[in-house]
Amino acid sequence: MDFMLIVKAVAVLGIMGAVFGAVLAFAAKIFYVEVDPKQEAVRECLAGANCGGCGYPGCDGYAAAVAAGKAPVNCCVAGGAAAAEKIAAIMGVDAGSEEKMVAFVPCSGGEGVAVKRFNYKGPQNCQAAMLFGGKSNKECQFACIGLGNCAKACKFDAMHIVNGVAKVDRDKCVGCMACADACPKKIIKKVPYSQAVLVGCRNQDKGAVTRKICDVGCIGCMKCQRECPAEAIKIENFVCTIDYDKCVGCGHCSDICPRGILLYQADSVKAAQ
Amino acid sequence: MGANTSLITIALSAILINNFIFSQFLGCCPFLGCSSKMDTAAGMGLAVIFVMGLASAICWVVNEYILMPLGLGFLQTIAYILVIAVLVQFVEMFLKKAVPSLYSALGIYLPLITTNCAVLGVVLLNTQYSFNFLQSVVYGITGGIGFLVAICLFASVREKLEFADYPECFEGFPICLVSAGLLALAFMGFSGMKIGG
Repeated sequence: MDFMLIVKAVAVLGIMGAVFGAVLAFAAKIFYVEVDPKQEAVRECLAGANCGGCGYPGCDGYAAAVAAGKAPVNCCVAGGAAAAEKIAAIMGVDAGSEEKMVAFVPCSGGEGVAVKRFNYKGPQNCQAAMLFGGKSNKECQFACIGLGNCAKACKFDAMHIVNGVAKVDRDKCVGCMACADACPKKIIKKVPYSQAVLVGCRNQDKGAVTRKICDVGCIGCMKCQRECPAEAIKIENFVCTIDYDKCVGCGHCSDICPRGILLYQADSVKAAQ
Repeated sequence: MGANTSLITIALSAILINNFIFSQFLGCCPFLGCSSKMDTAAGMGLAVIFVMGLASAICWVVNEYILMPLGLGFLQTIAYILVIAVLVQFVEMFLKKAVPSLYSALGIYLPLITTNCAVLGVVLLNTQYSFNFLQSVVYGITGGIGFLVAICLFASVREKLEFADYPECFEGFPICLVSAGLLALAFMGFSGMKIGG
């Protein structure tokens, strides 16, 4: 009798397993969803680490975006140039034609130069510091808070707090913009690596106000606008903006800016040449 | 609870009094793993409701019409594991085809639930309490709702924790476990309640 019970148990579970297996196999046929063959081919080229460095949720998400033409082919950091070339071949584009983008923090107001509203001693978290009045620890409401939410979000060790303000290591940065999502003030911008001069300030207060609260804020003095040989710089909302279609990358503005916030990117200019 | 318990009693019990996470300590791994953000917590909770309801229904049928007539009650656990695993796979395929929006909303949480002990727990408890079909399904769905309530409460606590100034040695999981324990204590307030009979 006991032996029969064992046989029965084995038979029941065996049959159940077989039936379920058949159902699943059948269901896989019925519910088969066409996947873009390009997507699978692209997925094969990726490193498969699901690191999130491309800014998409996992390798599958990135492959889907590439196949749909929504993402550039060279975002896979772990796969590097080799993966980019393979994907470019699949998608029929040139791997090199995609411009390298990096994050940029348009604020230079670090310790000693930006006036503080209060001496913040709370948790080292930008969002926590924002809770005090919705601004931040600095008088300038456009400023980087400098407590490093972006640095914590960066998976590539490319973002660091230097002297109270976030700085991007442009060579390590892959342009995934995880830092921009982590920034509660949403000040981090995505800029082409090749841009010769970046404006290290986004203060839109009038010059007199800016002068009081920050030693390195744009006061809208128009010097750069007047002296730019390519007429690429304009003052808008009391802060200078560069028209990169006109900019020739001479770096003259960087030399003459009395506040030192037109940041000349020597390495990217060298790379472009 | 037993075969005569009313549906309302079952529902209230599953959501509050005998909450799967806070008083039965089932499903703790997704509770801790998927609760760092509110969106993921809600996604996980919805997926659990869905699977627990379905698993309750199907496992009841399997138990009542296959295992019991053959006198194989001792196979319940293993048979339920089999059913749940297949069910989750099947539901995933079905959703991918039929309701792609729901599929992408539940995302990776659906396959993860295969190993969620709350799902196995609810079907075993259904059998233990000798619930009928309707009672089982209600217990499954409300148990899932209890899970959703718990994980969403915990996720909102964890989002606030980021700004809390706790000692550095509590960084990460320790402070999570402490706050989970405090939440569970709060739910202890429901534990003496008796509804109906």
